[in-house]
Amino acid sequence: MLTIREYKKAESLEEAWQLNQKKNNRIIGGMIWLKMETINVGTAIDLSGLGLDTIEETDEGFSIGAMVTLRQLEQHPGLAAYTDGAVRESVRHIVGVQLRNLATVGGSIYSRFGFSDVLTMFLALNSSVELYKGGIVPLAEYAQKPYDRDILVRVIVPKENAAYSYQSVRNSQTDIPVLTCAAAKTEKESYRFAIGARPGKAVLFCFEAQPGETTEERARRFADAVKEQIKTESNMRGSAEYRRHLAGVLVKRAVRKLEG
Amino acid sequence: MNNVNKPFRKKDAMQLVTGKPVYMDDLAPKDCLIVKLLRSPHANAMVKSINTAVAKKVPGIEAIFTWEDVDQNGRRFTQAGQTYPEASPYDRLVIDRHVRFVGDVVAIVAGKDEKCVDKALKLIKVEYEVLDAVLDYHTAKDNPILVHPEDNWESLCPVGADNKRNLCAHEESGSGDIDAVLSKCDVVIDHVYHTKACQQAMMETFRTCCYIDLYGRLNVLSSTQIVFHARRHIANALHIPKSMIRVTKPRIGGGFGAKQTSVSLIYPAFVTWKTKKPSKIIFSREESQTASSPRHEMEIHLRLGATKDGIVKGIDMYTLSNTGAYGEHGPTTVGLSGHKSIPLYGKAEAFRFTYDVVYTNHMSAGAYRGYGATQGLFAVESAVNELAAKLHMDPFEIREKNIVKEGDIMPAYYGAPNTSCALDRCLKKVHDMISWDEKYPRKELGNGKVRAVGMGMAMQGSGISGMDVGSATLKLNEGGFYSLLIGAADMGTGCDTTLAQIAAEVLECDFDNITVYGADTDTSPYDSGSYASSTTYVTGKAVEKCALKLRAQICKLGAQMLNCEETAVEFDGKKVFVENDPSRSVSLEEVVTTSMNGHDVALEATETHSSPLSPPPYMVGAAEIELDTETGEVKLLDYAACVDCGTPINPNLTRVQAEGGILQGIGMTLTENVTYDAKGYPEENSLFQYKIPTRLDVGHIRVEFENSYEPNGPFGAKSIGEVVINTPLPAVSDAIYNAIGTRFYELPITPEQIAMAVEKQEN
Amino acid sequence: MQITITLNGTRVSAEIAPDTLLIDFVRSQGCYSVKRGCETSNCGLCTVFLDDKPVLSCSVLAARADGHKVTTLEGLQDEAAEFGAFIADQGAEQCGFCNPGFIMNALALFRENEYPTEEEIKEYLAGNLCRCSGYEGQLRGIQAFLAWKKGKETAE
Repeated sequence: MLTIREYKKAESLEEAWQLNQKKNNRIIGGMIWLKMETINVGTAIDLSGLGLDTIEETDEGFSIGAMVTLRQLEQHPGLAAYTDGAVRESVRHIVGVQLRNLATVGGSIYSRFGFSDVLTMFLALNSSVELYKGGIVPLAEYAQKPYDRDILVRVIVPKENAAYSYQSVRNSQTDIPVLTCAAAKTEKESYRFAIGARPGKAVLFCFEAQPGETTEERARRFADAVKEQIKTESNMRGSAEYRRHLAGVLVKRAVRKLEG
Repeated sequence: MNNVNKPFRKKDAMQLVTGKPVYMDDLAPKDCLIVKLLRSPHANAMVKSINTAVAKKVPGIEAIFTWEDVDQNGRRFTQAGQTYPEASPYDRLVIDRHVRFVGDVVAIVAGKDEKCVDKALKLIKVEYEVLDAVLDYHTAKDNPILVHPEDNWESLCPVGADNKRNLCAHEESGSGDIDAVLSKCDVVIDHVYHTKACQQAMMETFRTCCYIDLYGRLNVLSSTQIVFHARRHIANALHIPKSMIRVTKPRIGGGFGAKQTSVSLIYPAFVTWKTKKPSKIIFSREESQTASSPRHEMEIHLRLGATKDGIVKGIDMYTLSNTGAYGEHGPTTVGLSGHKSIPLYGKAEAFRFTYDVVYTNHMSAGAYRGYGATQGLFAVESAVNELAAKLHMDPFEIREKNIVKEGDIMPAYYGAPNTSCALDRCLKKVHDMISWDEKYPRKELGNGKVRAVGMGMAMQGSGISGMDVGSATLKLNEGGFYSLLIGAADMGTGCDTTLAQIAAEVLECDFDNITVYGADTDTSPYDSGSYASSTTYVTGKAVEKCALKLRAQICKLGAQMLNCEETAVEFDGKKVFVENDPSRSVSLEEVVTTSMNGHDVALEATETHSSPLSPPPYMVGAAEIELDTETGEVKLLDYAACVDCGTPINPNLTRVQAEGGILQGIGMTLTENVTYDAKGYPEENSLFQYKIPTRLDVGHIRVEFENSYEPNGPFGAKSIGEVVINTPLPAVSDAIYNAIGTRFYELPITPEQIAMAVEKQEN
Repeated sequence: MQITITLNGTRVSAEIAPDTLLIDFVRSQGCYSVKRGCETSNCGLCTVFLDDKPVLSCSVLAARADGHKVTTLEGLQDEAAEFGAFIADQGAEQCGFCNPGFIMNALALFRENEYPTEEEIKEYLAGNLCRCSGYEGQLRGIQAFLAWKKGKETAE
């Protein structure tokens, strides 16, 4: 059971950061996962009063506040247009609207759960995170870092001339995924595949197209490479072997889709 | 008919959709002590020592009870909701020093709020002597490790139980020479089928509150299907007189058989009896998933023999059932695996049905909709589908050749006659509904996707023959409205409504003119409870008989008022009149007013009913799936089903029963898995891990009815509640076979199993 | 700590423990329609509106609702009865335990999307589990309600 001794709605990031330096204090995001933990929190730090709940779109990209909900991501027309619906697809299986109205981008990215659809998607989007003290850090790097006491302020998605797709395999429609695959194809014919729920954290695979190969050849080449390189493990939702198999299937399908 | 076979709204519907406080935790006294249980972390252990001194000092803690507070040599009890003497063994104590599964009760803690109780739970110090456990039910029988070595274990009925062999029940039955018949068959399908300990997962977890009333009696308000059996359970557990206990039920947030066992009642009853203070227990979802009363895991070895023309000649079934640490419903569920599957095949010349029900150190199993028939029908129907494939016959055609017909005697159904049966019409209907001929067996869609269909049949019973008792009391009240008192439990199924419809039909009044009050051991007439698909058929008949009796009373008083013989008057629902001079009449209101003023004719009647027969409802279901051969994902596009439940008393409610049951069956086939860790603890311990279907997991479920007329039921009705869960298991499994050519003998069938099977074929 | 919430249109101030969940707070205020069905944010039974958005009240601290508007089915009785009647006409309410959360979220859907398609209905309500009905009767009820609403609007 989660217990909380004090609750503080932070009035500034600095205040939140100061509070967060204490070991038994915790930042409250959507509280979906925190609620299920058995911990005694000293001060629960609420960032909901800091205006971090908006998505700003410019010509350069998107700036997504840490307190933006997954439902906001799902409904944002700019993100939908830019990713051809991939962002919406990446979150729409997550339990239900009522949960997505609570779960936050910051909570999802900070937690860096292996099964995270959000982490998978944003990795393929070449995103960075802005940390209050640590500054801007590429998400691929942040994903590998240990948990620290800095505050994730926002997620930055640069606009590139690229096409995106998102796929996941789930044992039932709103379950956490058995495997996720977010893919990007840039104008330079280079490909990025983020594969998550291995069940470990999502990892990136990058490939270049070879001139003259057909879509099917390319799809097979990438799929084979991913299957060979990827590290998968077994858990309740699937075996390492099945996940490796799925990685190949989803990469192949992503290529077909991105090649249109 | 004005009231029967009409889709009335449920009497409680508007209260439910507007969220009124009608459930146990909405009604519990506000000053209830909170009761929680300390549970064993070991599958098999003796409590060496338990120290509650520190925990008791937590402010707000009222009491902590351990095995030391319970006479370990006292008589044991069962919490299975069954007619006395129960077939389930008396193998429990309120708190037993010997804990038998991960989750077994070690201590009961009661305090003023959750916080202090949670804190106290952490502060109880227990030292265990950990024992080896029986976790593989194949090795349970005659295992040197005994789940119930104790001498005060008791079996009250001759069910073949022997605690010194880990046997909860054993039986062999049959007819004809099965070995000879099978040896002459052209084809014998011979496989082992495995289904798991699936959870009912009703939305309202187990819960009960208790308080002492003005007479000093223990009042128990519980979400239960079985108030009368529960009274006995509590009396037996606490060793107190039954006269000191009253059990009532509020609205129930779903049961499906889970609440046919007194899973939560004993603990607050114990606390309130000891402290004389109100108390309540609300099971967490985790407790409901891990320390409750799920379906019996069963393994069925089936041999089904047929001629090359597809005539099923013999069925030989051996069922091994895992009852877990306690025997609730163990000896009885297993019987249905054979007795409610084998009789579908009316041309069989011989059958043999053997079973063992074994104790293990898993949580106790219990009753879940279908009650063993589900498991048996998965085996038999899957085998017949395999037979059809082997003989290159259409699965519908092979059924048409074999099915039991109205008027047949059913040797595997206790030799009972098949008094009403529209199974043949159900087959035809479903065949058309799903456009079988167009779709069978499969269609390639490209991109690795395949569409395929599969089907299965089912039967169940309508109450337990010669045992279940249903009763009804009807009163005529001032103003001319009726009160119907029942001991059956409406758990959302709508029996308050359907039973009122039956009464209204007989009394020729408006449906709204009948109020219903249900399930109170002090005031309801005796009823076994709402289980075994008994309510409509058994209690419904009692209501019909009761209403007829009350009509006679109304006529008796009416005749007195009209100064003529009882036999000379008639009653049309509004007035009593002289049959050969209808101008002489008294209105119902006049009759009731007179009854309350200087008269001695009771306008109240009670009737009881029990049936020597349990007429089976029948059903056919067909599934259309879309299967992704690369990922193994299965989309259930369409499920078409047709039910013969006799006369549907309320077609809306029978339809929703069918749709809901079908989806539970689909869940059991595709997503509801149960896997155990090394200690036998189910890893699917939450709704996060145990995946019941969401509305996105199913396309459409379509249900039609082909009504037979059951002469022994009220207005021709049979049962509906359980038969509906059974067909998806074989139907969806066979659709998967038709899609990929690999057959699965264990449920659920996961995407991984499918994808890996396809890959194996390709390699 | 002290919080003030506009609960079903009424300002409610109360002293609460900082870890009080919104579900427990609203039930303590007599909003018994709000039910708990799980501990893992999976069932949708506890759905309430927080500033008009449907959320799981089991996963929100009451403290976070401080200064905000919270609506439960107790505050939407007319809408609940109007829409719920169509569920009742199907017999799809069954045990009723999931109904308040389901009806809250359906009302949220109708506010966001006046005439949702079948797919939109299923997706929006995917987080509302029901073990009784098989969902089919709920869908029929929703569609009958939408048809009735449309008919009424056309008539006006």
